[in-house]
Amino acid sequence: MNTHSISHPPAKGHGAKQQQALQDPNWVRWSLIAIALGFITLFICLPLGLVIYQALSKGIEAYWTALTQADTLAAIRLTLLVAIVTVPLNTLFGITAAWAITRFEFKGKSFLTTLIDLPFSVSPVISGFIFVLLFGAEGWFGKLLATYDIKIIFSAPGIILATLFVTFPFVARQLIPLMQEMGHQEEEAALSLGASGWKTFYSVTLPNIKWALLYGVLLCNARAMGEFGAVSVVSGHIRGLTNTLPLNVEVNYNDYDVVGAFASASILAGLAIVTLVLKTLLEWKQTSR
Amino acid sequence: MSIILSDISKNFGSFAALHNINLEVPEGELVALLGPSGCGKTTLLRIIAGLEHTDQGSVIINGENKTSQNVSQRGIGFVFQHYALFRHMTVFENVAFGLRVKPRHTRPSNEIIKKKVHALLDLVQLDWLHDRYPDQLSGGQRQRIALARALAVEPSVLLLDEPFGALDASVRKDLRLWLRNLHHDLNVTSIFVTHDQEEAMEVASQVVVLNHGHIEQQGSPSEIYDNPTNAFVSRFIGQTNVFDLDEHDNEWLRNVGIINANSTGRIAHVRPHDILIEKSESHQDATATLKDWQHLGALIRLELVKNDHHASKSLFAEMPKEQFKALALKIGDVVKLKIRHAHWFH
Amino acid sequence: MSHKSVMPGFRPTIGLTVLYLGLVVLIPLSTLVFESFKLSWDDYVHIITSKRVLSSFQVSFFAALIAAAVASVFGFITAWVLVRYSFFGKNIFHALIDLPFALPTAVAGIVLATIFQPSGFLGRLLNEFFGLQIAFKPIGIVIALIFISIPFVVRTVEPVLLEFESAMEEAGASLGATRLQVFTKIIFPNISPALLTGFALAFARGVGEYGSVIFIAGNIPYVSEIVPLLIVIKLEQYDIQGATAIALTMLVISFLLLLIINLLQFWVRKRSGQL
Repeated sequence: MNTHSISHPPAKGHGAKQQQALQDPNWVRWSLIAIALGFITLFICLPLGLVIYQALSKGIEAYWTALTQADTLAAIRLTLLVAIVTVPLNTLFGITAAWAITRFEFKGKSFLTTLIDLPFSVSPVISGFIFVLLFGAEGWFGKLLATYDIKIIFSAPGIILATLFVTFPFVARQLIPLMQEMGHQEEEAALSLGASGWKTFYSVTLPNIKWALLYGVLLCNARAMGEFGAVSVVSGHIRGLTNTLPLNVEVNYNDYDVVGAFASASILAGLAIVTLVLKTLLEWKQTSR
Repeated sequence: MSIILSDISKNFGSFAALHNINLEVPEGELVALLGPSGCGKTTLLRIIAGLEHTDQGSVIINGENKTSQNVSQRGIGFVFQHYALFRHMTVFENVAFGLRVKPRHTRPSNEIIKKKVHALLDLVQLDWLHDRYPDQLSGGQRQRIALARALAVEPSVLLLDEPFGALDASVRKDLRLWLRNLHHDLNVTSIFVTHDQEEAMEVASQVVVLNHGHIEQQGSPSEIYDNPTNAFVSRFIGQTNVFDLDEHDNEWLRNVGIINANSTGRIAHVRPHDILIEKSESHQDATATLKDWQHLGALIRLELVKNDHHASKSLFAEMPKEQFKALALKIGDVVKLKIRHAHWFH
Repeated sequence: MSHKSVMPGFRPTIGLTVLYLGLVVLIPLSTLVFESFKLSWDDYVHIITSKRVLSSFQVSFFAALIAAAVASVFGFITAWVLVRYSFFGKNIFHALIDLPFALPTAVAGIVLATIFQPSGFLGRLLNEFFGLQIAFKPIGIVIALIFISIPFVVRTVEPVLLEFESAMEEAGASLGATRLQVFTKIIFPNISPALLTGFALAFARGVGEYGSVIFIAGNIPYVSEIVPLLIVIKLEQYDIQGATAIALTMLVISFLLLLIINLLQFWVRKRSGQL
């Protein structure tokens, strides 16, 4: 009990001052929270809420009619088609690129990594424009395509190509840092136990990267379905034929069909919310494991 | 199964990691590859495993040339430094992995796999953990699971990379003894890499000392300790006092008996326990002064300063505790030294 | 080229990677460069220095610069609040930061235009109380680009703030620094490279942004017409040469920005001892 005698009374002045230097004063704390929340509310929550408000502004029936218009349905179909083609291709590419870059040493590796990121720094309009230069009527292959009556620009293939370009880095970008950090000891262990290359990838690598892979696929898909600038340049805006959902939003909006525009927009906003929810879940999964 | 390495060389860019390594490991030995970090010991182990290709030379395991054979066909067992357990699989599945990936015609049935895995887990005394995941295990447990996993494929050779490197000191002690006993029971030719000379001496039946990519000496622990062939080995294995004839007072060295008729070099290495100490009555015939001493369990280590005209580094001697008590030495006392044995190097 | 490695699959994976990269990215991008060879230098200068093109570059760059700066200030505060404080609903706000990444730009465009147009929810308020019109003016472009910029700043600063060693703050405090001194002399210097990177990323994205801007900008030539839109307009007028010249200039600028960002990130890693 006499241990009390050796304990000093807390040095009040100094201790409190140190705490002050480590913690923000309450008024700072609350004003910063208010500023941040105000900013996020204004720029993110308000726009999100408005999509739903505008879509339903003329009642749920008008919303439903707008959604089930032939042009909107065609846009949904085209958007799905684009995603179904581009996402698997870029996923496959992302996996092979990540394997090559993280599992081997070779000259020009960091240059290759930079090239993979390239589409991120190209304006979406330019991403579409380069395919017009290649396959447009005046383009390099324009004459050739015309003789065989193949249409790429102002039709689905052009939209798919432009989307492929724009969403190119997403999966690789998620996988490369993760696989770099993982190292290859587990894979070496599997090989030393007699597993083949495929078996090693399938049963050791894939389970370790699956959440990051899924996350990359998710982002790739969100962008593939939502890309506007690049697709707008190559599509030609032919209603019912070459309009994806984002283009349908634009066309309706320019026609002062507010409900129609926001009905299409609400699907895309829904997609964005689903993406964010899944992303949060995946992050949670990855940190908890 | 015996291992013969002949003329192994390996470069990483312009850095020569290994240079003309020739090594023979007879069947059933437990060999330590010992050396400071960067000496090439891990690279050599990975070359034996097939995890690294050689630039030159060949790896022959049990009479078969395995140099160009892929790691997955080599039939070795490898225990990785940080264990590399498959973190998404249970302990059971980790150990079963090597059996499950065998080609269909040689793959054992599920029944046999189950039996075998449990037998291995019994062997490493961890069967009760079979449904846990690696991140639920302690370091020592992971180590033993990694070993069980490597043994599951009945490897001809067992290779371990710094097997105790990532463990707490107390766990390390237990595991060393356990590994030695396990090797005794299984009698698989085994090679492990370590930078800890004490660990090599305690566990291995043969020690290979590596430095700068070549082999300095190979032999049993006592051979290496008692007859180091060069200054590096002598200095690396155990503590050594170094006397350079060019730097020291030869008169003093003759007095304490280092220089005698058999002297064959310029540098003498003296083990601490080869220095005999008597209490000196007068300052005239004293050769050293006791500066400090420390307890090392049963031994006492004495830090001494020479009484000569050269200001120089301390030397260290060791003696049993009882003897130290009997001498009743205090710090600052003057003593007479007698050097029992020295190793001479050029 | 390859080092011999025991890992399987070097040839097929590197082969596929380079082939796919070439087909999807490099060949299409290089057409822009080759197409520009059809232009003489004089033609190029003539196109780029025309008043409409110059003012569009001015609009794009100034708007992106202001937006990135505003987003940096508020993004930094947001990252700080999200990392350092806890409050009700924090997780939801945290997830919402990425909305501009996930929300298609066209949707963002019509929503912002609707909010800020003179008859819109905020547009009317601002007009009544401050006489301020945002939509169909250059400031509208800034608003759209702020929206786009938020996650770039927050997501670059956040991890650095998270990893920031509180021991450094404690050391500062133990040496007698006030809270403001701890922030300005210890925390901010360590965060600023990341903030600068976030700013540069936001700026680079803002210069090329199209979808979210065109609805709110009003697109008045010489006033609120951005570069990407001008490329589209030239293209619609079948002025391939004009479009090529402008696009190539944009591309070169983007690559320079990419280079600067990479150097910045290199510098950040070096400073934080990761290299």
